[in-house]
Amino acid sequence: MFEQSLLSVLIWLPMIGGLLLLALGQQRAGMVKFLALALSVATFLLSIPLWTQFDGGSAALQFVEKVVWIDALNIHYHLGVNGIAMPLVILTTVITVLIVLSAWRVIDKHVHQYMAAMLILEGMLIGVFSAHDALLFYLFFEAMLIPMFIIIGVWGGPNRVYATIKFFLYTFLGSVLMLIGLIYLYMQSGTWNLTELAALPLTMQQQTWLFFAFFIAFAVKIPMFPVHTWLPDAHVEAPTGGSVVLAAIMLKVGGYGFIRFSLPILPDASQEFTWLLITLSLIAVIYIGLVAIVQKDMKKLIAYSSISHMGFVTLGIFLVFMLMRTDGNSDMALTGAVIQMVSHGFISAAMFLCVGVLYDRLHTRMIRDYGGVINTMPWFGAFFVFFAMANSGLPGTSGFVGEFMVILASFQANFWIAFSAAITLILGAAYSLWMIKRVVFGSITNEAVESMQDVNSREFFILAVLAVFVLVLGVWPEPLVEVMRASVQQVIEHVSVSKVI
Amino acid sequence: MFGWSELIPALPELLVLAMACVVLVVGLYSSNRSGGGFIVFLSVLTMLFAIIITAKDHVATVEFSRQLLFNGTFIRDGFGDMLKVVVYILMIAVFFYAKQYLRTNHNVRGEYFALLLFATLGTMVMISGHSFISLYLGLELVALSSYALVAYSRTDIKGNEAAMKYFILGAMASGLFLYGVSLLYGATGSLQIDEISSAIARQDNDMMLVLGLIFIMVGIAFKLGAVPFHMWLPDVYQGAPAATTLFLSSAPKIAAFALAVRVLSQGMENIFDYWQPMVASLALMSIIVGNIFALQQDNLKRMFAYSTISHIGFMLLGLVGGADGVASAMFYMIVYLIMAVGGFGIIVLLSSKGIEAENISDFKGLNQRNSWYAFMMLLILFSMAGVPPLVGFFAKLYVLQAVIAAGYLWLAILAVIFAVIGAFYYLRVVKVMYFDESETDQAIDVSFDVKAVLSVNALAQLGLLVILPVLFQYCIYVTRTL
Repeated sequence: MFEQSLLSVLIWLPMIGGLLLLALGQQRAGMVKFLALALSVATFLLSIPLWTQFDGGSAALQFVEKVVWIDALNIHYHLGVNGIAMPLVILTTVITVLIVLSAWRVIDKHVHQYMAAMLILEGMLIGVFSAHDALLFYLFFEAMLIPMFIIIGVWGGPNRVYATIKFFLYTFLGSVLMLIGLIYLYMQSGTWNLTELAALPLTMQQQTWLFFAFFIAFAVKIPMFPVHTWLPDAHVEAPTGGSVVLAAIMLKVGGYGFIRFSLPILPDASQEFTWLLITLSLIAVIYIGLVAIVQKDMKKLIAYSSISHMGFVTLGIFLVFMLMRTDGNSDMALTGAVIQMVSHGFISAAMFLCVGVLYDRLHTRMIRDYGGVINTMPWFGAFFVFFAMANSGLPGTSGFVGEFMVILASFQANFWIAFSAAITLILGAAYSLWMIKRVVFGSITNEAVESMQDVNSREFFILAVLAVFVLVLGVWPEPLVEVMRASVQQVIEHVSVSKVI
Repeated sequence: MFGWSELIPALPELLVLAMACVVLVVGLYSSNRSGGGFIVFLSVLTMLFAIIITAKDHVATVEFSRQLLFNGTFIRDGFGDMLKVVVYILMIAVFFYAKQYLRTNHNVRGEYFALLLFATLGTMVMISGHSFISLYLGLELVALSSYALVAYSRTDIKGNEAAMKYFILGAMASGLFLYGVSLLYGATGSLQIDEISSAIARQDNDMMLVLGLIFIMVGIAFKLGAVPFHMWLPDVYQGAPAATTLFLSSAPKIAAFALAVRVLSQGMENIFDYWQPMVASLALMSIIVGNIFALQQDNLKRMFAYSTISHIGFMLLGLVGGADGVASAMFYMIVYLIMAVGGFGIIVLLSSKGIEAENISDFKGLNQRNSWYAFMMLLILFSMAGVPPLVGFFAKLYVLQAVIAAGYLWLAILAVIFAVIGAFYYLRVVKVMYFDESETDQAIDVSFDVKAVLSVNALAQLGLLVILPVLFQYCIYVTRTL
């Protein structure tokens, strides 16, 4: 019984809890915080059975729930996770706990609304990762915009209004075209069920149009090269928690969308436009990496590094098609992409939280305002250096595993793709470590830095949890690989068969 | 021959007529000081009884029988009954908001509610009209009551200007409509919808018929406020007292929608190919003009007026979808009016004596002043923008689905692109409410009942999700049995 409705509980517990927090109001801030923490921890604990009771040997959808919702349009409330979605759900529940903790002292205005927005967002994100009905997916996919819009707009920086409206309109425009695509698919098939849609034969022309409709929606979300400009703005203006959820989880929705929608439903068009996607991914990896180097604002730097790292995800996903042609190891490419998503979730969260720690003390994110932080904040310095190393892909951290798998796979496809992708190891080290050098090391540059206090126990706990995840995934990624193996193979088997009529 | 038993199906109309007269008389003896509580009570009670009388036949059997009365000039069917129930429910909200508005302005008089009831009666006659005579009578009853309601504050110059504009343009539109009817009569030899329908089916389409159709279309487009016959709408919405604007965006819109369905889908289904492109172009122009002009408005009433135009366009898209599209248009109309009434309701609530909270800047920092109202407005605005999971999204989904099913993929794509443009101005209001600092900390003084009505109204954006499948199923059913 419990297992049958586990996903629903995970979705609705934080959402209803969030509405409850809204009702509690401004006056009971202390109670609101504890309640928010309790709700997020409860959601996390409830998500553990998802991992422990997951049958890694099967590619089938698990923890399935299916109820007819709107009969006239054949819409079902249909949930379920496979090996690719499940780790992302866990990632969401873990990160949310940390976000609630990180806001403990920092958010002083409308705490109840902040916590409520975060919890509602958590529920929607879990909904996105577990929806198996295309329209239900779209519902959660779009609904996420509302809390995020509010989070950036209310608790953001000075230029927050511009950033949040840009964020909203960019993503909204991307996704309404996807809606048209989905309705068109429904007209063709009479169903929103993703499995049935994957089996639907489509002509090449239909697939091409649909591919671009989906491509715009997901490319904006990831974000991929020419449509990435909303992300640096949004990140710079967002409060720390907003940046964390944006980088750690929301960007993953785009990559997940490609794996769940574009690949299975439109394999032939995906095959056809592999060149485009790989080119854009490589541009993201190299060009955006170069852009990151010259940033003066730490958050902007990490935002660009996120785009660059997400380039690996799309690279891995679409390498599958090149490798299929050359009988290469396409499992590795896709597995690498998913691992990169999970790992980037932890590392980017940690990086943004580190910047948040600095920002809370000096209220500036400019690299030039810092210097010699290690002298006054040794613990923090150690964490920051560690996460920067992970961000640049140091072996032994989770950042290495995904990137290495994708680079290795790309060698089998084409030397020059591999060569270009591998440049990221140099660029990543350059922007991450150069920033570290200027911020953390050296002698103390000004009085403000001298007066800084080292991390308190709350901040220490948050960073330590993330460090453990980054290390464990880096040293021993096998459980994660194991859990998604069957699902990855199923995707690849499916896309290797043409469905053109 | 006419018999007393023929009156029974028309009982709701008779009730509203009688009560309108009662309210008019009671209003004379109820002073301004008592706040009009009794009048509002009577009016709301009328609507509640009307709901019972109208809906009771459908509780026992799901079957919707179709009854023609008064020599075929009046029809009672599921379509009409469903729309009427929606009208009653909307009017209950309108009565409460109007009471709040008139009280803050110390201008409570019985006529206002009597006029609202007469307009409601006109709406009901239009919904049930089955001949152009009864349709026209209903239309004029709504229009004349509305002119008076717009001019209700006698000393307000803006209101008088709006009423004048409304009256002149409205009279012209009525004239065009009548001219179209006379041409149609010439072409088919009848004024009754059923007979016109069969006459059109028999004969080849001649010039006179098409010409009549065009003039009737102009009349309908004017009443709905579809581009290019929308000019009156922003001025009237802005100039009228907020409570009247609120009313104008509720029942009369349903009446115009019912008129469109009765005339086009029921009477002229056989010349669908003629009117479909007309409706499609009206719809497209409305969506484009409404959304683009709304972008630059600083006056919230005016912005809502342009947003109404764009929503009307979206609803008309549903009619383009043919027989199945009518259900989606109906659903869109119902959902949109619930949103619109809620949106204007908040303007009414924030208004203080003599000052309407009609500028977007009046909403600055509403979240600080009263986070509950801000949240209610947020729900309504996002619902209007069509962001899931709010019910406005489903309304758009149904319409888009009908349009794509009818083979107009490009229309659907244009519509959603302009919906994104439209999202911007709704976001602007959210921005003002949530991200800006409040300039005043004046408390919002609203009586409990109005607050409850508003909360129900706004929470319906989420609450309707629960009954959404049933509601839509009903829309499909009643439009199939037209």
